[in-house]
Amino acid sequence: MSFDHALPLIFMALMGVAMLIYVISDGYDLGVGLLMHRATAEEKDVLIASIGPFWDANETWLVLGIGILLVAFPKAHGVVLSQLYLPVTLMLVGLTLRGVAFDFRVKAKASDKPLWDRLFFAGSMLASLSQGWMLGRYISGFGEGWNYPIFAAAIAVALPAAYALLGAAWLIMKTEGELQAKAIAWAKLAWWPVVVGMVLISLATPWVSTTVRERWFTLPALIALMVIPLATGISLLAARLLLNKAIVRTTLCWVPFVALIAVFVLGFIGLAYSIYPFVVIDRLTIWEAASSPAALKVILIGVCISVPAIAAYTVFSYRVFWGKATELRYA
Amino acid sequence: MDAIILARMQFAANMTFHILFPTITIALGWLLLFFRWRWLTTRDTAWLGAYRLWTKVFALSFALGVVSGITMSFQFGTNWPGFMEKVGNVAGPLLGYEVLTAFFLEAGFLGIMLFGHGRVSERVHMTASFLVAFGTTVSAFWILALNSWMQTPAGHVVVDGVFEVMNWFDVVFNPSFPYRFTHMMLASALTCSFLMAGLSAWQMLKGVAETSAPKVMRVGLTVAALLIPVQILVGDAHGLNTLEHQPQKIAAIEGVWHTERDAPLLLFAWPDAATQSNRFAVGIPDLASLILTHDRNGEIRGLNEFPGQHPPVAPLFWGFRIMVGVGMLMLAVSWVGWWLARRAGWSADRIPKRLLWVLTGMTFSGWVATLAGWYVTEIGRQPFIVYGLLRTADVAATNVTSPMIGMSLAMYLALYLGLILAYVGVLKYMAEKPEDLIENDAPSPSKGRNAAALNEGSVA
Repeated sequence: MSFDHALPLIFMALMGVAMLIYVISDGYDLGVGLLMHRATAEEKDVLIASIGPFWDANETWLVLGIGILLVAFPKAHGVVLSQLYLPVTLMLVGLTLRGVAFDFRVKAKASDKPLWDRLFFAGSMLASLSQGWMLGRYISGFGEGWNYPIFAAAIAVALPAAYALLGAAWLIMKTEGELQAKAIAWAKLAWWPVVVGMVLISLATPWVSTTVRERWFTLPALIALMVIPLATGISLLAARLLLNKAIVRTTLCWVPFVALIAVFVLGFIGLAYSIYPFVVIDRLTIWEAASSPAALKVILIGVCISVPAIAAYTVFSYRVFWGKATELRYA
Repeated sequence: MDAIILARMQFAANMTFHILFPTITIALGWLLLFFRWRWLTTRDTAWLGAYRLWTKVFALSFALGVVSGITMSFQFGTNWPGFMEKVGNVAGPLLGYEVLTAFFLEAGFLGIMLFGHGRVSERVHMTASFLVAFGTTVSAFWILALNSWMQTPAGHVVVDGVFEVMNWFDVVFNPSFPYRFTHMMLASALTCSFLMAGLSAWQMLKGVAETSAPKVMRVGLTVAALLIPVQILVGDAHGLNTLEHQPQKIAAIEGVWHTERDAPLLLFAWPDAATQSNRFAVGIPDLASLILTHDRNGEIRGLNEFPGQHPPVAPLFWGFRIMVGVGMLMLAVSWVGWWLARRAGWSADRIPKRLLWVLTGMTFSGWVATLAGWYVTEIGRQPFIVYGLLRTADVAATNVTSPMIGMSLAMYLALYLGLILAYVGVLKYMAEKPEDLIENDAPSPSKGRNAAALNEGSVA
């Protein structure tokens, strides 16, 4: 394989990783947003404080992911975004409301704070639902027919549940005392819908897409592939069992969050395996959709220099705000 | 309505909303560094109070800029799918570099800049604040490079309708880029300085922030008074550059329907596209020729030389006059205001009330001038998306229906209107908070970690 031929592959991997980091990192932000209405007024401040220093950078991964789609796979960008025109609009409205509510809620009049809290919840919900719907439409290759909307709707419901679970696990790690106990209860509550959703979607995916069906059920790949659902199941089970143990409130408070990250990563690997080498399933392969090698090389230079730097200062930022969330103040 | 008009309206609405906030944050990032530095060197709590309030303004503006910027990254594809297919080899890397070198830099260090006090040393905090300010400026660099390239394309070659890059230096430093970049940086500084002067004037009228408001007003008025003359010179150079590369834009701005010598500078007119003439024209003889060609008999090419290839006249004609008019008003107010405030010793109770009211009224004058200027330059590029080479109509989405675009447009407009009202309302509310309330969230000496970090900073 020549370097020019490998370039689109490199960018597909980059885009995938950017999207994965977005889904995990903004996933816990959105999840915390979805749990907002279950918290008391004082607890809401802690919830926000736990994600306040990070959300901006987290959302930037979405810009990078969609930017790579735009820049490296312009044809796919056109197809995907015009197919998803309405859910994209709704997601953007949701992300806008969520993003500005972060700032408005602490700066506006005290009497307006509950309004911004509600908008924060509504924005998080709208964004998560639309993302789930878009994922569903994307996996099924934008298929037409009665079963496709049901499939997309199922994912639209399952994804917010997964975000809420991830958000609850984040809070178990970042909070203490009564709020932490509540977070454990929220995690238990969100666990079942996530498991049921994942099983249903795993069963339905090969049914809505023949391409995926053929990829999954061929020997000997099937045996190697079984690792993915097995590892996912073990991670989910481990997280659930740990929620009942006292140790999750102290030394092992980070384990549920890490286990759920593993679930997201495994799901992503499964998805990537299912649709490769397509960027739009059954329509456009990675190579058909890619920009010219010359343009990709120019961007690759920038990527090689800046991505390590981004990784370094992201780690730095997480270290600065390491440990339990404390009150945020401008000084 | 036509899908392409709706798509343009939607994109314009989003751009209009977006540009308001970077226009503030680009300059405010640097001015915040100045406030912080003054507090650390003078230990005058007035500077700390100013820093606190304006950090909040920065955080809020930044959040609004980020969310509308995300929307924009999607709208390239939803509204102009053909743009990336044809121009992707040029626009892609420029946008890619913007995200990689600037967007991440700003967003990554913003958390530390806003909430890092007491967790990092003053030196690290200053570095983080510097990187945020630097990031916003670099971001503007890339975006304006692309925008300028769309106005005055260079360094490329078109192969089978697809643009390929020949020379990246020529692409980035295309003929209009140095002018546009400088013009926009200055616009940001002026928008921010009038916002500072206006909000401080409002605080003085309300009798709050007696110590910090005069200091902030002094910074605002001084920056404005110094930079407006520079902006006028840069604007003139930018205009001459446009005359050279985009003559029909200038013809539309000046309302020159037919090529003429001794062109008058029209102060007022009603451009009439149907009759290709101006009604009720009031002008100063020969002045347009003099300004544009530096010769009172100089020839200005009229719109008649560009059939089917020139922008609509009325929005350019009016937009330009609004920009220049507001700019002249800002010049007069900043100079007179600086003089009057200086005579009053920059003291909150001696500065004339009338001046305070005028400054309050002009709080958002920078927004008006900036938007008017952007409208002139962007509408002035029509009917092309890449000037002279690619028409907007040829890259529009063909598979998205008008009702769909119309519906999302209505949704965006409602959202943006609500958010602008909320933004202005919250700025007013934050400014009216008494200063001692601002002091209350100061790190108390009992919290050893915070105090230690501050002391360390004062030594450094």
